[in-house]
Amino acid sequence: MEELSALMQGFAVVLTPYNIMLMFVGIFLGVLVGVLPGLGGANGIAILLPITFAMNPVSAIIMLSCIYWGSLFGGAITSILFNIPGCSWSVATTFDGYPLAKKGRAGEALTASFTASFIGALFAIILITFLAPVIARFALQFGPPEFFAIMLLTFATFMTMGKEAPFKVLAAMMLGFALACVGIDIVTGQLRLTFGSEELLRGFAFLIAVIGMFGIGEILYSMEEGLSFKGVQARIDPRVVLKTWGSLFQYWGNFARSSVIGACLGIAPAGATPASFMSYGVAKKMSRNGSKFGTGEMDGLIAPETANNAAGTAALLPMITLGIPGSPTAAVLLGGLLIWGLQPGPLLFVEQKEFVWGLIASMYLGNLAGLIVVLTTVPLFAAILRVPFSIIAPIIIIACSIGAFTVANAMGDVWYMLAFGVLGYVLKKLKYPLAPMVLALVLGNTAENAFRQSMLMSHGSLSIFWSNALVGSIMAVALVLLLWPFAVWLTSKLANRSVARPQGT
Amino acid sequence: MEQEQAAGDKPVVSVGTMEIVVAIGFILVAALVMFDSVRLGHRWGDSGPDAGYFPFYISLLMMFAGFGVLLGVVFARRERAKNQAAFVHWRQFRPVLAVFAPLAMYVLAMQYIGLYVAAALFVGAFMRINGGYGLRHIVPIAIAVPVVAFLLFEYWFLVPLPKGPLETWLGF
Repeated sequence: MEELSALMQGFAVVLTPYNIMLMFVGIFLGVLVGVLPGLGGANGIAILLPITFAMNPVSAIIMLSCIYWGSLFGGAITSILFNIPGCSWSVATTFDGYPLAKKGRAGEALTASFTASFIGALFAIILITFLAPVIARFALQFGPPEFFAIMLLTFATFMTMGKEAPFKVLAAMMLGFALACVGIDIVTGQLRLTFGSEELLRGFAFLIAVIGMFGIGEILYSMEEGLSFKGVQARIDPRVVLKTWGSLFQYWGNFARSSVIGACLGIAPAGATPASFMSYGVAKKMSRNGSKFGTGEMDGLIAPETANNAAGTAALLPMITLGIPGSPTAAVLLGGLLIWGLQPGPLLFVEQKEFVWGLIASMYLGNLAGLIVVLTTVPLFAAILRVPFSIIAPIIIIACSIGAFTVANAMGDVWYMLAFGVLGYVLKKLKYPLAPMVLALVLGNTAENAFRQSMLMSHGSLSIFWSNALVGSIMAVALVLLLWPFAVWLTSKLANRSVARPQGT
Repeated sequence: MEQEQAAGDKPVVSVGTMEIVVAIGFILVAALVMFDSVRLGHRWGDSGPDAGYFPFYISLLMMFAGFGVLLGVVFARRERAKNQAAFVHWRQFRPVLAVFAPLAMYVLAMQYIGLYVAAALFVGAFMRINGGYGLRHIVPIAIAVPVVAFLLFEYWFLVPLPKGPLETWLGF
């Protein structure tokens, strides 16, 4: 098959000593990022992105995606050993992971969790290998109206799938778009929303928003309850690993189901966090021991870990084929690609085959390397976490500030980081979703350009969005998803009123 | 002791107040964006939408959302209990301030004395305020962190960071 030969070529690109070294460095950094709170997946990659500017794109994306794998694996370590999720997608892992560790089965729990992550990611990578070329070929027919419709659909799914109040999702999203508009307008060359300030000319880089909101904001938020890492000791004994692997075959149904859930939600785009929760919920309902979930059930540990890795990996599929990231972390990777001068989307498969298949090949290797690294280095990371928070926190914050500065060599960006940190803290406490805001910031200009080009093609008529079956159907689904929450809210208000009336009279 | 506890449990501000403040914030930002969009032209030009077209409708939606949240908070009877709860208690907010204040000073200092020296002071102050460490522990770490960062960023990654008088004096 054509895909397999392209994949083999990809492996040839990846398997150089330099790239392999970068892979392991990336995974190590990724696990570190996943393990330290305040340095979650999106934020960690954002800080390390500027380092890759000097490398060639293939090596850079290999290192960055390995950082991504590392963080997907690493979040589980703190969840299981310390009951503290290292990333938002590891929260569900604490439910059954920590109880297992407290029962003295930490080695089993960690092995099961890493293996689950490996399987989930592998499923998604295979999916990507075969689906990506198909989608890319299909998407070559896409014109600006279709791209705009897809982006509208992406944002519409946030409105429906999000647990937060729709008004808040809308507000956060619009803020992201507004921030994306600040600066020089590419099409007309005019200055927008700068109000005469030279500082605002630069606009707002999404990296700064990510580091500020997901980094500083997260740390400020965690300070409320104080942080002390008193966890369970763990060494991973090879015998325990083999024994656990043997016992994992009985859970094949859980693995399969969770992989599918994860992959769907990763593409959706919902991201790894909702995937982990949904998978946990479904596993609980479908398991014979559902009532024992939360006390240390293997099923309850496998489900979220498989799903979050499947989702995190699958989020890369729309990113490389359509240029639409499926999660905040994928959004950061997308931003990286744009900075290196690569345009993700269907043309990437045609013009930069070596890059794309190198990336996909590195996913297989990175996944395997990640499994090996985490199985062997758990005690090291557990030791790092025992360093007191008052020493680690300032180091993390300094890393954030360096990351913010190196984006554009601008001091102003560090102040923006601080502002975004406060914003992230307040919005998070008030339950405003941050992911749509980041996505809007990343995609805002692209979406606007797609819209404008569509309008130019149609000479100002909105009917171009209904001009053919493809666009029309995507727009229809998007509009339904957008208006659905408001319709639900309206009908529930009306229902309440008709219920309350008899009591009033 | 009890008095301290009671003082700590006092809310800094209620959820409802913050909701209203943030919602009004969104409305004000939307108004700002709307104002600039109108200046740029929010209608159709000769060659397609004007520069202000997209931001105008964004601001419209943002204002709609802001009012939606605001009205929801003001008129929600079911959520009254939730809105009267504390947004943050003093005992929670104090640690947050204990991170934020040094951080703000660090960013401010960075512009004058460079990132490395500011980082050293930041680490020191942070360890002192939040960890209660003595100079014996603070000094080695406060010096090690910027030195490692310097080697990492200036030499290995070749990424220059803000420098101040100390570095100029040392010849960098």
